[in-house]
Amino acid sequence: MRYIPHTDADVRRMLETIGVDHLDALFACIPEKLRLARPLDVPRASSEQEVLAELGALAARNAHTDRFTWFLGAGTYPHFIPAAVDALASRAEFTTSYTPYQPEISQGTLQAIFEWQTMICGLTGLEVANASLYDGASAGAEAALMAMRATRRSKVVVAAGLHPHYLDVLRTYLSGLPSEIVLGARGNDGRAASVASLVDDETACVIVQQPAFLGPVQDLARLSGEAHASGALLVSVTSEALSLGLLRAPGELGADIACGEAQSFGVPMGFGGPHLGFLAARAALLRQMPGRLVGETVDARGQRGFVLTLSTREQHIRRERATSNICTNQGLCLLMATIYLSLLGRVGLRELAELNFAKAEYARARVRAAPGLRLPLAAPVFNEFVVGVPDAAAALARARDAGLLGGLDLAPFAPELGPAVLVCTTELASRASIDALVAAFAGAA
Amino acid sequence: MSGAMEERPLVRNAGPGIAYEEPLVFELSRPGRTGASLPELDVPAVDPAGVLPAGALRDDCPGLPELSEVEVVRHFTRLSTWNAAVDLGLYPLGSCTMKYNPKLNEKVARLPGFAGAHPLQPVELAQGILELCWRLERALAEITGMDRVSLQPAAGAQGEFAGVMMIRAYHRSRGEDRRKLLIPDTAHGTNPASAALNGFEVVAVPSGPDGVLHPEAVAPLMGPDVAGLMLTNPNTLGLFEDHIVRICEIVHASGGLVYGDGANLNALLGIARPGDLGLDVMHLNLHKTFSTPHGGGGPGSGPVAVKNVLAPHLPVPVVRKREASEGGGFDLDYEFPRSIGRLHGNLGNAGMWVRAWTYLRSLGPDGLRRCAEMAVLNANYLKARLEGAFHVPYDRPVMHECVFSDKRLADTGVTTLDVAKRLIDHGYHPPTVYFPLVVHGALMIEPTESESLEGLDRFAETLLAIAREARADPETLKNAPHRTRLTRLDETRAARRPVLRWQPPSGS
Repeated sequence: MRYIPHTDADVRRMLETIGVDHLDALFACIPEKLRLARPLDVPRASSEQEVLAELGALAARNAHTDRFTWFLGAGTYPHFIPAAVDALASRAEFTTSYTPYQPEISQGTLQAIFEWQTMICGLTGLEVANASLYDGASAGAEAALMAMRATRRSKVVVAAGLHPHYLDVLRTYLSGLPSEIVLGARGNDGRAASVASLVDDETACVIVQQPAFLGPVQDLARLSGEAHASGALLVSVTSEALSLGLLRAPGELGADIACGEAQSFGVPMGFGGPHLGFLAARAALLRQMPGRLVGETVDARGQRGFVLTLSTREQHIRRERATSNICTNQGLCLLMATIYLSLLGRVGLRELAELNFAKAEYARARVRAAPGLRLPLAAPVFNEFVVGVPDAAAALARARDAGLLGGLDLAPFAPELGPAVLVCTTELASRASIDALVAAFAGAA
Repeated sequence: MSGAMEERPLVRNAGPGIAYEEPLVFELSRPGRTGASLPELDVPAVDPAGVLPAGALRDDCPGLPELSEVEVVRHFTRLSTWNAAVDLGLYPLGSCTMKYNPKLNEKVARLPGFAGAHPLQPVELAQGILELCWRLERALAEITGMDRVSLQPAAGAQGEFAGVMMIRAYHRSRGEDRRKLLIPDTAHGTNPASAALNGFEVVAVPSGPDGVLHPEAVAPLMGPDVAGLMLTNPNTLGLFEDHIVRICEIVHASGGLVYGDGANLNALLGIARPGDLGLDVMHLNLHKTFSTPHGGGGPGSGPVAVKNVLAPHLPVPVVRKREASEGGGFDLDYEFPRSIGRLHGNLGNAGMWVRAWTYLRSLGPDGLRRCAEMAVLNANYLKARLEGAFHVPYDRPVMHECVFSDKRLADTGVTTLDVAKRLIDHGYHPPTVYFPLVVHGALMIEPTESESLEGLDRFAETLLAIAREARADPETLKNAPHRTRLTRLDETRAARRPVLRWQPPSGS
């Protein structure tokens, strides 16, 4: 076994030092009848080249962004990833280290997390950000739990537009605690309707996804007013983090907690994971934050350095009274995003967001002009929108034949819209491919 | 042997020859630089302000720097040189199983068919990854002796959360509202935290004087209000819980279920199976036992494995193998009315499944068993080499890790932390310290199977030298590390006046 260095002679010498004469003796603490008396029934070992060939064959049976032009988003977004991101994030000093418990020999990871926290504070317009959560869905659920602790209230109002999977995860996370989830309605233009009548003095928070799952850019300022009027917090959830490059920071529009999914920042779609949950909040909520936090300090010589801090919130210190049970988070994905944002930078992120926006505007104009296609939701969008079609399955099949992964069939998610597809247009979609998609949806060959 | 080591020390300096200083990325920023090149706009330009409502747009992206690609590459490369890592040397962090992370796993995970696939693409266009998922689930069930597995939890703590929730769902489905969970005092902090997140009241169970759990400690705590017991086997002292069968019987007899924390499964691969010992549900850590990289704190993957009694409560969706009459292949099944629901926005950390399956295919049954044998051999070897100089609080054969207390250091004024920091000077990442809580000044060492005999000897000689140094020159230990770019950091200051982000110097 090439991963294990021991020779037979090594093993004999080590057993001698331990004072036993056989490897089995090391397992004497396990009662004989509890030991497995047969080899495990798993496939027998293969060589490196055989394993690579076998896994390559499995990989080849999945559609991916190299084989199709990609218009499917819905929470996981196809974006170009600069070569430097994987080159740097693949460095073994980053990949084969763990949680930076020993700061003197973990400054690389710690400084990168501190930079990430700073970037997320800037993008969300809030004062404190953590070192990542599992994904956007669990970040939304952790934000709700955080709001419940901070307000000592148990009702969560969800404005229309939350990703249906995020709502599922929220229900799962809250199922063991005294709590109530109330859903707001969608307005005719696709944005969340008023939640004023749902929010009361039992309400911990109003959760709103920005942009909404179906694409519309929500009116955060109005919803925050409705939440704050009853002393509830506003939680904004973002699944397309690139929108933060164009849309006003949630913190400036009244959000007390801004969280979501940052996969768009240089993390591969990877069949849905690992992705990158983020969470930021007002400074007053700091002690209720879940997850790791990195803070600046000095060493014994007065040099600047970084450490994990405020760990008295966390499970390894506070145990059952911790703010969350999270331990391992998404460190390497956070690093990818920090590298990505450093490359794109202050101007590049804005330009890329505008590019995505312009593609969506172009695509929507083409849809409006196409016979048989509709835009059922009138509200402005960022880079994703609903297209009404005569038959969603047929439209998607025609697109696929043209080499286009055309979007998400909304039948299971929003049947009230009639046959419809959720389409996203990123920088990967050229004008010609958008034209081809609209033609395929409209049925023209 | 020690003479030879002095001739050729593991490290001569901190860092790779030269220790670079490197500011924060924001301090390197210069207006007008960029590290990205965007494609030309091939559709009509549109002013967002003409489409989006007033007030919806941001003016700027504050908080982001402006750098060229060269500067970004140097910045993060320099940061990387400040990290200890498994690929640089022994990283014996107890209960974290810092084994070697094979390069093949990384290559496979980057194949476009895995890295470039989307979780919502039609299942007909995702048959390769769904088959991998299905096969990995079956292999993990076989390895753990359980009946069913869900790969959805994103890390061990989420796997625990799911497992405890299934225990709750099981009791609810039987019309019982059991509010308490028993958890030994040696448990990882995530255990009580996961229980509390599920609304359970945590009852601590003391471990015995020999470091393991005894039936007599569990029996009086069981009752109709107790949902079950969470335990880790081997436990965090590295000891096999040898009363486990009797304890499971006691818990089951009063209607409870037993949860197993699989953090330490590496010791049991092919040797014994938690399911055969009586456990009803457990999580695994693919980033520990199955060699996926720890990534500076994730991503992990924490599959949850259950006996059939809990299968109806598994998270949805479940990957299903279709009958030949349905055309074969795999799909996603949502029809589990008693499921605890969804835990992840998608299906879980699929990239970690790919790495773990690659690892399993490379090892096979013999390789898996060899991992356990060599991991246990390594831990017992270190214990044998060190027990003359360091106090062993529970003197029994250990499994994958060994735990020492600070008793022999007591009269030197040197603490466990000092020993840990001094190890850094010799090129080692310190072991886990001050955990488990039941051992005073604990030093918890898990060498894993990846370490060679010479590597272990060198590490043992270093620790023995540090034990001597604690008597001869305690001040050197108290101020360690000496050879790193930064010396000991002021953690109290960080917590007292939290500075959690960079802000431009005032006036700029």
